[in-house]
Amino acid sequence: MQAAHDHAAHAHGHDAHAHHPSGIMRWVQTTNHKDIGTLYLIFSLTMFFIGGILAFGIRAELFQPGLQFWRPDFFNELTTMHGLIMVFGAIMPAFVGFANWQIPMMIGAPDMAFARMNNWSFWLLPPAALLLITSFFVPGGAPAAGWTIYAPLSTQMGPGMDLGIFALHIMGASSIMGSINIVTTILNMRAPGMTLMKMPLFVWTWLITAYLLIAVMPVLAGAITMVLTDRHFGTNFFNAAGGGDPVMFQHIFWFFGHPEVYIMILPAFGIVSQVIPAFARKPLFGYASMVYATSSIAILSFIVWAHHMFTTGMPAAGQLFFMFSTMLIAVPTGVKVFNWIATMWKGSMTFETPMLFAVGFILVFSMGGFTGLILAITPVDIQLQDTYYVVAHFHYVLVAGSLFAIFAGTYFWLPKWTGHMYDETLGKWHFWLSLVFFNVTFFPMHFLGLAGMPRRIPDYAMQFADFNMIASIGAFGFGLSQLLFVLGVVKCARGGGVKAPDKPWEGADTLEWTLSSPPPYHSFETPPVVK
Amino acid sequence: MMNQSARYFIPDPSRWPIFGSLALLSMAFGAALWMNEATWGKFLLIFGVCTLFYMMFGWFGSVAHESEGGSYNKQVDASFRGGMSGFIFSEVMFFAAFFGALFYMRVLSVPWLGDIEHKILWPDFIAQWPTAGPGVAERFTPMAAWGVPAINTLILLTSGVTVTIAHWGLLKNNRAQLIIGLALTIALGMTFLFLQAFEYHEAYTALNLKLTTGAYGSTFFMLTGFHGFHVTVGTLMLMVILGRSIAGHFTAEHHFGFEGVAWYWHFVDVVWLLLFILVYWL
Repeated sequence: MQAAHDHAAHAHGHDAHAHHPSGIMRWVQTTNHKDIGTLYLIFSLTMFFIGGILAFGIRAELFQPGLQFWRPDFFNELTTMHGLIMVFGAIMPAFVGFANWQIPMMIGAPDMAFARMNNWSFWLLPPAALLLITSFFVPGGAPAAGWTIYAPLSTQMGPGMDLGIFALHIMGASSIMGSINIVTTILNMRAPGMTLMKMPLFVWTWLITAYLLIAVMPVLAGAITMVLTDRHFGTNFFNAAGGGDPVMFQHIFWFFGHPEVYIMILPAFGIVSQVIPAFARKPLFGYASMVYATSSIAILSFIVWAHHMFTTGMPAAGQLFFMFSTMLIAVPTGVKVFNWIATMWKGSMTFETPMLFAVGFILVFSMGGFTGLILAITPVDIQLQDTYYVVAHFHYVLVAGSLFAIFAGTYFWLPKWTGHMYDETLGKWHFWLSLVFFNVTFFPMHFLGLAGMPRRIPDYAMQFADFNMIASIGAFGFGLSQLLFVLGVVKCARGGGVKAPDKPWEGADTLEWTLSSPPPYHSFETPPVVK
Repeated sequence: MMNQSARYFIPDPSRWPIFGSLALLSMAFGAALWMNEATWGKFLLIFGVCTLFYMMFGWFGSVAHESEGGSYNKQVDASFRGGMSGFIFSEVMFFAAFFGALFYMRVLSVPWLGDIEHKILWPDFIAQWPTAGPGVAERFTPMAAWGVPAINTLILLTSGVTVTIAHWGLLKNNRAQLIIGLALTIALGMTFLFLQAFEYHEAYTALNLKLTTGAYGSTFFMLTGFHGFHVTVGTLMLMVILGRSIAGHFTAEHHFGFEGVAWYWHFVDVVWLLLFILVYWL
């Protein structure tokens, strides 16, 4: 084996010298997991602000009843594109960025298993984003069928929908390649002694998430391909006159869509499971049960999809099945929440910004979980379908869940990534403003939904005016607070602040903290031995 | 840099991925324009496809070069195996979406359209598979299973045998057996594709069975069409490894390129068996 390697080193010697592009080409051609992780995170932050501007547009229109700014169809484009961009452009790439940076370091590997394909996984995203954003400027405008692009709305709209469909195809390809890379890296590149049950929980949650992605992204590709052929080639998948059924789109879509929801939250669980023990200075309580709970959530996610479509008409047995299977998910999720609390119990706790976001996550995400349980109850759901209660619910789990965990992880690992400490005061301001404004924005939406305000409508009845105004003020505050985050990250990345030690957090014990801050270009060139 | 250590292989920075991204971008814009009656979209689409082929040629070329140059150790080999398994699993799920649609239509939506509530809308509709749906008036003949499709089943099953014979040849260093086995497999694949094209021609001209023929036409052509596309890709992959085999690539111990293609070919084979049973036969 050694001889073969010497031979190879000789044969490719010229490549090793000739091939180090600089400037922009360094980023375009890079095969380094840290460079690619950084690209993912920057892309995600950019899309987060683009999606945020669309949210500004939505909340500005809803600030008062009546039509102020937009035509109703443009309002639909705003809600649709806000959803698509935040889900596929901001949250998912952010977690893949974390996976790229952290997984090789946490398992003691030099890089990802497929470093070149890793580059392609990222560089597929900017073209997809370009397709999505271009759709605003074509005749008929951007997709306006909601981020779920239900047929028959999606089989009717203009060319913008085609661009959206192709963008989703490309982002799906990117996700599948990224996931194959992550699964292979985790299963094949671990340092000696790093058995599966010794892996940090962030790695575990990503392993399971990646399997979910490989399983369901192709299903989404199938669904939108059927939409495309129904639109342009005369197939009848979603047309009752041809023997098809528009509701079939919902079934296929949510078979993808529900696991997708967990794709966006499981890595968040992973990040929180790294942060809490570090600042409680105690090992994670119930490590094995966390692993099993994550797996259970992933498996259950495949048999609950129709709870998104209780109002489409379903046999009572179907309603009961999907109601009970959905409520069953509360059990493993509860295991997780209690494990985090038990980890903190009698811990020697300090509350730096990552810990604040993690504790905030547990509190606010749990509320989103509870409203999820309420929505799982079929008769309640039939009342609340397509109201602002649903909007409140999924923003509690996606913003206060996924996004807060992304913030927690960013502050947690920024010292490692950049070699500098972030500004703690700025971070705390960012946390408290985000937490307060988040609740100001989304808590009133529960009341609006219970009172029957429908979502995706640009105008509303007079009695909803007060809560909408409060929500809009909260949304503007939340959006502006995120500038503090950018400020903090930029300061840190440009070398402001104190130099970070190799292990800035006393209670952190995973492998990345054994490397220097910032870590070497290839994390572990010789594998560490894990005992 | 390559070969930092004996244990790990990390490729150099590469220009191929960005070509792939630009290819898909121009394919997507081209296809969207073309579908919406902008004729020059077609050229953008073709340009994108050509760029994609250029990228694949270059990328796979450098992988083959690295492999033959001895850069890939056991760990890289295991990574490739994991990666290919993941890719095939994703393909299985892609087909599952279309098989799911077929199941949904046959078991649920078509019977619903024939039930008592729908008699007001479509009093004459009889819910019986195969159907073009209640609103499509044209008559058509469904594709019979025991003609060309049965022959195609035999062809694909035989090709699974020939690719295994080629593998045995590789394992015992019998180059002639490897090359003849692969050539036979390619010939069978191309025969399959030829018969499939003939069958489509029959469907459109003699049976009045088209993509637009309601539920049956949609599922029939989308399922067999995507399968046929995969057979085409598989045949191209077989041609590549045939070329590599003739050029002296692969050893009995080190030949994942061959195995990956063989796995893919078996996957395509299994999908066909499901198609034959669920689309043609039952």
